[in-house]
Amino acid sequence: MVCTTNLYAQDDLLNELSQQDSSGRVPVTATFKSTRVVNGHSVETMKKKHLDFRISHRFGRLNSGAYQFFGLDQATMRMGFEYGVTDDLMVGVGRSTSQKVYDFFGKYKVLKQSSGAGSIPVSVTLFGGTGVATVNKELEFQDKLYYSAQVLIARKFGERLSLQLSPTYLFRNRPETRGDEKLLLAVGIGGRYKLSKRVSLNGEYFYTAREKNTPTAPYYDSMSFGVDIETGGHVFQLHFTNSLGMIEKQFIGETAGTWGKGDIHYGFNISRTFSFDKKNKRPKSIEQ
Amino acid sequence: MKLYFVRLVLVTMLATTLSFVQVLAQGNKFSTTSGVTRFSSETPLENINAENKKSQVILNSANGEIAIRMNMREFVFPNKLMQEHFNENYIESDKYPTATFSGKMDNAPDFSKDGQYDVSAKGKFTVHGVTKERTLKGKLKVEGEKITLSSNFEVPLTDHNIEVPQVVFVKIAQVIQVKADYVLTIRK
Repeated sequence: MVCTTNLYAQDDLLNELSQQDSSGRVPVTATFKSTRVVNGHSVETMKKKHLDFRISHRFGRLNSGAYQFFGLDQATMRMGFEYGVTDDLMVGVGRSTSQKVYDFFGKYKVLKQSSGAGSIPVSVTLFGGTGVATVNKELEFQDKLYYSAQVLIARKFGERLSLQLSPTYLFRNRPETRGDEKLLLAVGIGGRYKLSKRVSLNGEYFYTAREKNTPTAPYYDSMSFGVDIETGGHVFQLHFTNSLGMIEKQFIGETAGTWGKGDIHYGFNISRTFSFDKKNKRPKSIEQ
Repeated sequence: MKLYFVRLVLVTMLATTLSFVQVLAQGNKFSTTSGVTRFSSETPLENINAENKKSQVILNSANGEIAIRMNMREFVFPNKLMQEHFNENYIESDKYPTATFSGKMDNAPDFSKDGQYDVSAKGKFTVHGVTKERTLKGKLKVEGEKITLSSNFEVPLTDHNIEVPQVVFVKIAQVIQVKADYVLTIRK
């Protein structure tokens, strides 16, 4: 009798510990590896006092032939500095070479998907952005502006699969072509599937509520596929997309290429995270 | 009737013995839920440190048995991306949420006497779902109803099937240094 008690006593101690563990609400983390699905924003935000320095490139069209080295001769890029003000709120600025746009945005996590007691089925993040396209000096300042807003709703279905729905509002004070309306409503659907711990397959499609490829507004819906590769502090996103721009105004509103004709751009995002959390910078190193 | 009586006596005896054993086993238990466990990965290129301030420890002074349990998600890194990668890619906290040790001190000191003692505990050490038989050495200080326990030990990643990919920009040591500091108080 005593003997059995002893045998199990150690495990009993462990059981005692697990019982006092309050199993409250556990937030689901890493729905996406990055703050972008491909072009569009994901529900993820930067953590407090963390800076994301991000460089994105899109090359010319693959169908432009060997003379243009299948698009690699032409590159447009966006450089961005994106910062976590709190764990739930981030702000960012960026500069795109295409149309010489300065863009500004904020993103706030409203709901976090959680498991356990009082679980929440989805994560919801609000996105708001604006930008100034400075390429045309003749224009009045307000005519260079656009505004975008999104409600990003995502759910992580298990370890590998995450899906996101992104209803989008886009308002251009002066659309690029006369046939285009100022207001454009769209809805994005995107997702990722993890192939391994560090590699995921991403896809994204934005449906725009307007007639496609009209003579005065020769635009299509944006569709992109990519691979996220994570290497320590970096995330590399490599992708193929029919959009040239990397901000909402451009990839949702002004996608001129179509997959059907092979108007596909190769592109990549490189994201490097820096922590400025001084308080936590160096927890005391281990002195033996 | 007689048989019934014998049975009753037997059951009563057994129950008494059991409760007696239980009282003995309870002895004095010391515990904490705010133990500090740190680990560091040190390479010439980069040192990575993380800290868990919610480690749970329970020590039975009657027999020197000890159990330690911590949630891997409670490890805090200065760089939150590293923390995410630690949980997602290395430790797989959804699958293996805790690290535990349950063992017994083979040279348990007299917990009723104040003093500092070198101790070692042999038992099962579980990280990333892999259990190893380990003997962990440490120092134990008794001050009245307070016990301070500290230990330094190493955890080789290969022991626990924790993979480090070939291409990483952040260098991660193959052997992780762990330091534990637990202040236990008597459990009421």
